[in-house]
Amino acid sequence: MMIDTANFTPGLSLLGGILAGTASALFILNNGRIAGISGILGGLLSPRKGDIIWRIAFLLGLIAAPTITFMFMPAPVVTIEAETTTLIIAGLLVGVGTRYGSGCTSGHGICGLSRLSPRSLIATLTFMAAGMAVVFVMRHLVN
Amino acid sequence: MKKHLDTLSSLIVGLIFGIGLILAGMTNPAKVIGFLDITGTWDPSLAFVMGGAILVAIVAFRFAKKRTANFLGGAMRMPTSDMIDKRLVIGSLLFGAGWGMAGFCPGPALTSIGTGNPKAVIFVVAMIVGMAIFELADRFWHQPRQAATQ
Repeated sequence: MMIDTANFTPGLSLLGGILAGTASALFILNNGRIAGISGILGGLLSPRKGDIIWRIAFLLGLIAAPTITFMFMPAPVVTIEAETTTLIIAGLLVGVGTRYGSGCTSGHGICGLSRLSPRSLIATLTFMAAGMAVVFVMRHLVN
Repeated sequence: MKKHLDTLSSLIVGLIFGIGLILAGMTNPAKVIGFLDITGTWDPSLAFVMGGAILVAIVAFRFAKKRTANFLGGAMRMPTSDMIDKRLVIGSLLFGAGWGMAGFCPGPALTSIGTGNPKAVIFVVAMIVGMAIFELADRFWHQPRQAATQ
């Protein structure tokens, strides 16, 4: 295994992770909720009274984040190598998969592992393995 | 008043989460794919993101488990399911496959549309369509729904 030293950002990634973890901590303690992005977004598709505004507020915060960071640092690099067709198929898979599996990298990965849930551990290992397998096939077998 | 505080807290938490994702480099799909590419030149950054996040959240959840109400006086909505079933595994497989194809998972994808990237918008629209397809299929088959998903 070769480490990609040119792109590896241990300090910033650790700091970013600490911020995401702090957000998850605040959310469970303040709001009593799990900061699981797919669940927060997906819940808007079967809206229930009194269960809508907080979801929209959270998602607005997520989307507004680049505007805030832009005040003190350069705009984040967003390099998307996938072509449009691939992106659409990938988006559909992520949408269906996260709802069917009840969570994504935040809900199962950060919150689930932090509350020591075996269910979330299995989910996290499964989507990580699937992601690695797909990247292996696309990068090293197909191309 | 309590409801407004709940909304305000949600907004701030979403903002902090998004800023964290940006600093961590997770809003860049090329970097995420660099982590998933373990047989190529591997970028371990995402492991540091998860590590940093869990380091903080694990303490909070230990504390949260003992509480019967949140700081704003509302209910604690801790997930109740501990089932390791077909849904969990197949769903996670599908999600992981899409994640590997694009390098986007839901949080970073949403934050990326805030940069105005048109490809991020395409991904997010497809993701919402995917979620809607799930909703419709789930209703059609009348499978038992869990009230609190993650």
